[in-house]
Amino acid sequence: MAKLIIDGQEFHAEEGQTVLEVARQNGIAIPTLCYHPVLEPFGACRLCMVEVIRRGWSQLVTSCTYPARDGIEVKTRSVLVLEARKAVLGLLLSRCPNVPEIQELAREYGVLEPPFPAKDPEEECILCGLCVRVCHEMVKADVLNFVGHGPDRRVGPAFLEKTRQCIGCGACTIVCPTGAIEMLLSREGIYFDEDYAVYEEKPLGPTSAIYVPSLQAVPRVPVIDTDACIRFRQDDRTEGEVNDACGACQILCEGGAVNFDQQDEVLELDVGSIIVATGFQMWDPHQLPQYAYGQSPNIITGLEFERLSNAGGVTGGQILLSDGRKPEKVAIIHCVGSRDKNAHEYCSRICCMYSLKQAHLVRDKTGAEVYEFYMDMRAFGKGYEEFYERVQEEGVVMVRGRGAEVEVLPDGKLRVKGEDADLGKLLAVDVDMVVLNTAIEAQADATQVAALFGLGRTQDGWFAEAHPKLRPVETNTDGIYLAGVCQGPRDVPDTVAHANAAASMALGLLNRGEVVVSPQVAYIPEELCSGCRICNALCPYSAITFDEERQVSQVNSALCKGCGTCVAACPSGIIVGRHFTDDQIMVQIEALLEPAR
Amino acid sequence: MSEKPKLKLALYWAASCGGCEIAVVEINEKLLDLDAVADILFWPVAVDAKYDDVRAMPDHHIDVCLFNGAIRTSEQEEIAHLLRCKSKVMVAFGSCACEGCIPGLANFYSRDGVFERAYLTTPTTDNPEKILPQTVTKVPEGEIDLPEFYNTVLTLDDVIPVEYYVPGCPPQPHQIWAVIEAIVTGNLPEPPAVVGAGNKTVCDVCRRTKGEKKVSKFYRPFEIEPDPDICLLEQGIVCMGPATRNGCAEDRALCVEVNMPCRGCYGPPPGVTDQGAKLVASLASVVDSNDPEEIERILSDILDPAGTFYRFSLSKSLLRRAKV
Amino acid sequence: MSEKLFEPRIIGFLCNWCTYAAADTAGVSRMKQPANIDVIRVMCSGRVDPTFILKAFREGADGVLVAGCHPGDCHYTEGNYKTLRRMTLLHQILEQMGIDRRRFRLEWVSSSEAPKWVQLTQEFTDQVRALGPLNWSGTVLAGLPTAAEHVCAQEVAE
Repeated sequence: MAKLIIDGQEFHAEEGQTVLEVARQNGIAIPTLCYHPVLEPFGACRLCMVEVIRRGWSQLVTSCTYPARDGIEVKTRSVLVLEARKAVLGLLLSRCPNVPEIQELAREYGVLEPPFPAKDPEEECILCGLCVRVCHEMVKADVLNFVGHGPDRRVGPAFLEKTRQCIGCGACTIVCPTGAIEMLLSREGIYFDEDYAVYEEKPLGPTSAIYVPSLQAVPRVPVIDTDACIRFRQDDRTEGEVNDACGACQILCEGGAVNFDQQDEVLELDVGSIIVATGFQMWDPHQLPQYAYGQSPNIITGLEFERLSNAGGVTGGQILLSDGRKPEKVAIIHCVGSRDKNAHEYCSRICCMYSLKQAHLVRDKTGAEVYEFYMDMRAFGKGYEEFYERVQEEGVVMVRGRGAEVEVLPDGKLRVKGEDADLGKLLAVDVDMVVLNTAIEAQADATQVAALFGLGRTQDGWFAEAHPKLRPVETNTDGIYLAGVCQGPRDVPDTVAHANAAASMALGLLNRGEVVVSPQVAYIPEELCSGCRICNALCPYSAITFDEERQVSQVNSALCKGCGTCVAACPSGIIVGRHFTDDQIMVQIEALLEPAR
Repeated sequence: MSEKPKLKLALYWAASCGGCEIAVVEINEKLLDLDAVADILFWPVAVDAKYDDVRAMPDHHIDVCLFNGAIRTSEQEEIAHLLRCKSKVMVAFGSCACEGCIPGLANFYSRDGVFERAYLTTPTTDNPEKILPQTVTKVPEGEIDLPEFYNTVLTLDDVIPVEYYVPGCPPQPHQIWAVIEAIVTGNLPEPPAVVGAGNKTVCDVCRRTKGEKKVSKFYRPFEIEPDPDICLLEQGIVCMGPATRNGCAEDRALCVEVNMPCRGCYGPPPGVTDQGAKLVASLASVVDSNDPEEIERILSDILDPAGTFYRFSLSKSLLRRAKV
Repeated sequence: MSEKLFEPRIIGFLCNWCTYAAADTAGVSRMKQPANIDVIRVMCSGRVDPTFILKAFREGADGVLVAGCHPGDCHYTEGNYKTLRRMTLLHQILEQMGIDRRRFRLEWVSSSEAPKWVQLTQEFTDQVRALGPLNWSGTVLAGLPTAAEHVCAQEVAE
């Protein structure tokens, strides 16, 4: 433990700390440009110079590299220091006269004009080496380094050539103090996974690899996207041999909450009831090319619009085109992929109302002209019709006619073509932004989920309820319930009601203690079963299980509904269908066919 | 020195292939043990006794008669009755006697149909005068008679009461010995009963791993090389094991072990009246389709379902024979 | 020769939830229908073992009907699909056994289709009547011996 004096005050320093670290820890301001807490100090910019008095000798040192030794005295704002800083800033400003960060720092120290003429007035790089260090120490991609000597010294990749070694992590752009490095989405330069061709929600703006999913996330803690995270990508790249890149989040986290070694845990729970609430996914509008999705950044899906309009999103809630302008004309197209024989035949139920909401928001936030291309307006809920009226009064143009096609014009505008069925004419509207309100559909893994829980699917792909009118949350398997859109499209109030019902039924089942079941069930006498397992896959209620140890099949009589399918199928004829046994039925056949008396 | 009297044994073959006889001989060195405990009074294939010797015996003189073969001629019926009278215990030995077996497949045809094929239409038959067997034929020397050939193949218990049934085509030697031992030690169950076989199906002893069954294509055994560790039915091969009595081996399914599907030769298991019907029920149930056309297509890969499912048990099935 | 019209004897296996309910409704509504179908109720058409159908023919039925819910509407979700699979195969067996295909039918009748039930009974009865009696035991199995006829005082020939 060292003791040192900074600006007249005594401080304690830990082993290995630098003067800069001790100063900053204790609220003493020292300007830096080339310093970053997670990288090795470099002493390149010279801005952090302080006066150190040790053993009676005084010298100017860079506080970022100078160790906090026991017994030294540091002055961070002595006349000597201020003069030095001013000189450094003068040099920096001379190199980069048009970089705002340098201009501001220089102004603070009284340097208003660059003392020397600039070699390149547009120069932004101050050769601080942060990008080099981050690429070498943290990312370990080793792409950037100093190249050239003397006045030709600059930062770049080997031979100043674009290289695939760059993984496009953007760490260099983040640490650069002057914004001299820019991220370019260039396919050649970026580490690109060929298998990436799956439809993914396009990001509307950048985010870091560790991020909080949304402001409403529960729990509101960050997650690491292991496909983007530098450390995990290094792990993949080296097939697990090396995984020491970056780790900035772990280093900086004061709570020590970041753990890269977390593995998926498989938990086995014995439960009395299960509620399947697996939701939905958005239908991919690439599947109907006439909507030109993907051909213009201003053709977005409804979900992308929601994100755009969200105050926690990339634009802070402003509705903007991809180039940052406000749109003047917006088209909102309903039923993209719904009510369509070439996509989903069903109505997705929720889109009419949120389309109206979107129109309302666009009007409110931008004043743009809004055209809603709809087929029927489904405003079925409480207050919905009244909202529809209101939106119409706000001047949104309602076109009754399916928006059939979107064309991207050479100037970037979007031409929406459709029919106005009320007027009986074809029309085309040129707009700046098109919102495609796409169908919602069963999740891509619905088949596997259904198989896992023994759920049926209705023709439209959603999970099958036990009865379309009378049993909307139950399934054919007792104890397994459905909640929400996974059973069929519904909006928030309806989902809440549906989920409440599922929860009540689940609780009701658990609270019952005893359950009365019909005696008409199938029964497999264990000592007679040969374990062929032909019956196993036949039960729609998953009532038949196979005991691996005893190699016999068993019927759970609480789940069995007594249909008798397994009884008929059993090739050894040993499954008993209580109250509808083979003997009972055979006797009926014999009796009915006895010759007439 | 008083010795325990030897068991008086008779064996006969009716409509059969001779395999059951070979199976008896296949008890190998135990034949010596057999000889030690039993006297074989009548066994046409191996012993020189004649029908008249049997006729001369008093009733119930023979302790146990092992009668193999189905009944399809008047001679076979006559000898069945004869041996029944002369035996204390009658055993329907082998699948033919129990449920008709391969001869029973003639029940898909009529006698006329069988004769026409055998004596007239087979490619290598040269019978320009279209001579068919007759029960009585006049020849210069007098009259020759042949037994009547029945239209329908019958099982042994269609013509005489039977105490025990030993299934199998043929019954496996170790089972044959077990039955003989049981007879000798007096350890037989209350008749009528099946002996020398198990009480479950072949699946119970089959050593392959069994999973859920979903078949989207049926294959004939030569069409694929089946995985030796997985249930054959799961791989689409029609295996009659699920509806066949076990017993062909203690700890395995004999044919399945060598990658051939069970043919059903031990007949239906205890719970089943009609083996073919149960095979229809179970095999069709595992077809992995709900579309009528696809179901039809998948099932059409089972060629000759009636012949396949009733290969051994047609004569004992509910319908017993086809209408021709 | 009897002048009476041949009245076929038909066994019908009806599923409880759909066809049986339709037949019930037809009866309650006093819809006119022939009385040739003797009904055996099962909970689901999936309960019908092909053994039953063969047994029915063996015991003297001239025709057999299996009827259940429409595919997709089975009260037990999928039972009727298994029935479809089995009966498809059974049809082949029956054909090979020499029983006219038209004597065996698999039909789907929902609980609200009482008129369809009535029409089915009329149609099927007419069809089986036209095919004539099957009388399996009396014709195909006529004259076969039984063990009960064995007599031990049988004289030995020669």
